[in-house]
Amino acid sequence: METLRKLWLWFDDRTGASAIWKATAGHLVPPNTGWWYVFGSATLVAFIVQVVTGIALATIYVPSTADAYHTLQFINHGATLGHLLRGLHYFGASAMVLFVGIHVTRTFLMAAYKYPREMSWLSGSALLLLIVGMGFTGQLLRWDQIAFWSVYIAAEQAGRVPLVGKTLAHFILAGNTVGGATLSRFYAFHVFFIPMLIFGSIGAHLYLVIRNGISEPPQKGHPVDPKTYRRWYEDLLKREGRPFWPDAVWRDIVFAAAVIVVLLVLAWAVGAPQLTKPPDPTILVAEPRPDWYLLWYFALLALIPARLENYVIVLGPLFFVMFLVLPPLIANKGERSASRRPWAVAMVLACWMLIATLWIQGRRSPWSPDFTAIPLPETVVGATSGPVYEGAQLFHSKGCEYCHSVSGYGGHRGPDLTDVGERLTTDQTTIRIMNGGTNMPAFGSTLSGQELNYLVTFLASRKSQHAAETMMSEREHRIFAAKPMLGAGNTS
Amino acid sequence: MSVNDETADTKAAVTTRKPTPELDRRRFLNQLSLALSGVVAVLLGVPVIGFLISPLLRKVPRIWRSVGALDDFKEGDIVEVTFEDSSALPWAGLTQKTAAWLSRQQGDKFVAFSVNCSHLGCPVRWEANAQLFMCPCHGGVYYKDGQVAAGPPPRGLTRYPVRIQSGNVEILTSPAPIT
Repeated sequence: METLRKLWLWFDDRTGASAIWKATAGHLVPPNTGWWYVFGSATLVAFIVQVVTGIALATIYVPSTADAYHTLQFINHGATLGHLLRGLHYFGASAMVLFVGIHVTRTFLMAAYKYPREMSWLSGSALLLLIVGMGFTGQLLRWDQIAFWSVYIAAEQAGRVPLVGKTLAHFILAGNTVGGATLSRFYAFHVFFIPMLIFGSIGAHLYLVIRNGISEPPQKGHPVDPKTYRRWYEDLLKREGRPFWPDAVWRDIVFAAAVIVVLLVLAWAVGAPQLTKPPDPTILVAEPRPDWYLLWYFALLALIPARLENYVIVLGPLFFVMFLVLPPLIANKGERSASRRPWAVAMVLACWMLIATLWIQGRRSPWSPDFTAIPLPETVVGATSGPVYEGAQLFHSKGCEYCHSVSGYGGHRGPDLTDVGERLTTDQTTIRIMNGGTNMPAFGSTLSGQELNYLVTFLASRKSQHAAETMMSEREHRIFAAKPMLGAGNTS
Repeated sequence: MSVNDETADTKAAVTTRKPTPELDRRRFLNQLSLALSGVVAVLLGVPVIGFLISPLLRKVPRIWRSVGALDDFKEGDIVEVTFEDSSALPWAGLTQKTAAWLSRQQGDKFVAFSVNCSHLGCPVRWEANAQLFMCPCHGGVYYKDGQVAAGPPPRGLTRYPVRIQSGNVEILTSPAPIT
């Protein structure tokens, strides 16, 4: 025992270990830092999970365009615990994105970015952007069909930048097309370059916590005054401060433990997303979608008006960075309590509502053609032969159903046509089909006269149940009197 | 904190003292160290950055690739054709292949369309029944001549050079179209 003690004393004298421990783990924190303060450390814990599982995965993963897909298949289905490891890496990434989102919201609402913690906020902002970068490059390393096309999507967005766009795009592709050099490039960024920046930023972020102290929970009527704040904070710590370890850290550790358990359960029970088809440029049936944390951005790209698109693609990210950088620069003093900062609360609500709305839209992606739409069943069509039946077949085969739904079947790009027979006359329908319109192709040159008649007849028969019953006889008579060749009696 | 205070003290001392040979020497050493660091940073940085941007500088040859015999394509049809990149890296695997939509319009008139949507590069599908190209990502739609029919694409599908050479249809390998 005595030898051990001497050994420790020698080690401590040569390294200063206990002094470092006292200055870091033992530093005083303000009282009443509750559960809202755990999300920074939770992000760090998720990052550690990423580093550990990432290194483990890298022992098998081969970052070559020819082999990556096969090595991932092997990790998923062949390697012992490979399925669990990939799952952990995926949900670890999800946790990082989620926690950093909550952490930045919490610090913004509590105005922790005010004097003297401006640099904490800015280094944290850098970390937020780096984490998004990791998420995107990580999804590409999955190197399946979706990853392959995602590279083009990234390059196309970079291509919208004025002047240097094309160069940037080809830099991302690492050549003229997605090829041998592309994946290795993303691998180097995902595994070396961005993590290096993250380690550095985390170092700075944590150093600043020690230098400036954890922000105390805000109180109404206690504005930050740069002239007096440091002295006031020191007095607070002297009066009521308690050592970070263990008085505050226990919550971080309890939460971190829960996070790890949840990650393990999710990784084991749900697992990482299955690989889609191989990254084969000649398989053109593909539906590229980003992972959930960028799904809202995918939706944004679909929904912005075309003429604003270039501005949003280029200026959107810049605006986002500005939004992160500005708060500590323009509002570093004054009230910190959210109840005295209605604009701050409104901005947070607006941000989250925007992201949530876009995210829900992204999941539904109503702007995409629904290639899986099945032909309308007989119960919907209401006929097994004749013009209405033929029209319903064309409604599917000519692609109308990819974008228009009838009685719950079909896509959502265009208007629902369940009761179009009540809204449009046959002439209006005909003109619309022939000439197209806002976001609808013109079918004039691809439909024969006969086909057009069938389609119009079918659409005219689309009426709500009630209307159909009351209006049927009179209206049908009129429609089919005008087009006698179609015959009547198939619309019920 | 103590480290910062020391530096501040030294700075104050340096600026208030009169120039002496000792201080001249210190100033020279300071400038020498900064300049040398800068020089080696450039010496290292130039080759590293040069290596990173080398794919941009590499001249990729463009080659005519045969995609099939003239008689394989029916008039009025649009079919997917595949061919190899002009100089794929040895480990490119599947990605050394490229696809295009080839349309035989009338007689010997062919048009080859890029498969990349002009919006954000997703692969468009040819829906033969609807006679439309459709993009699965954001709902871009094109007519059979490649013109925009609906959705967000800013312009029509990019065309690749195509020719007929001794009974074969050939496409010129081209860079990915960036809108």
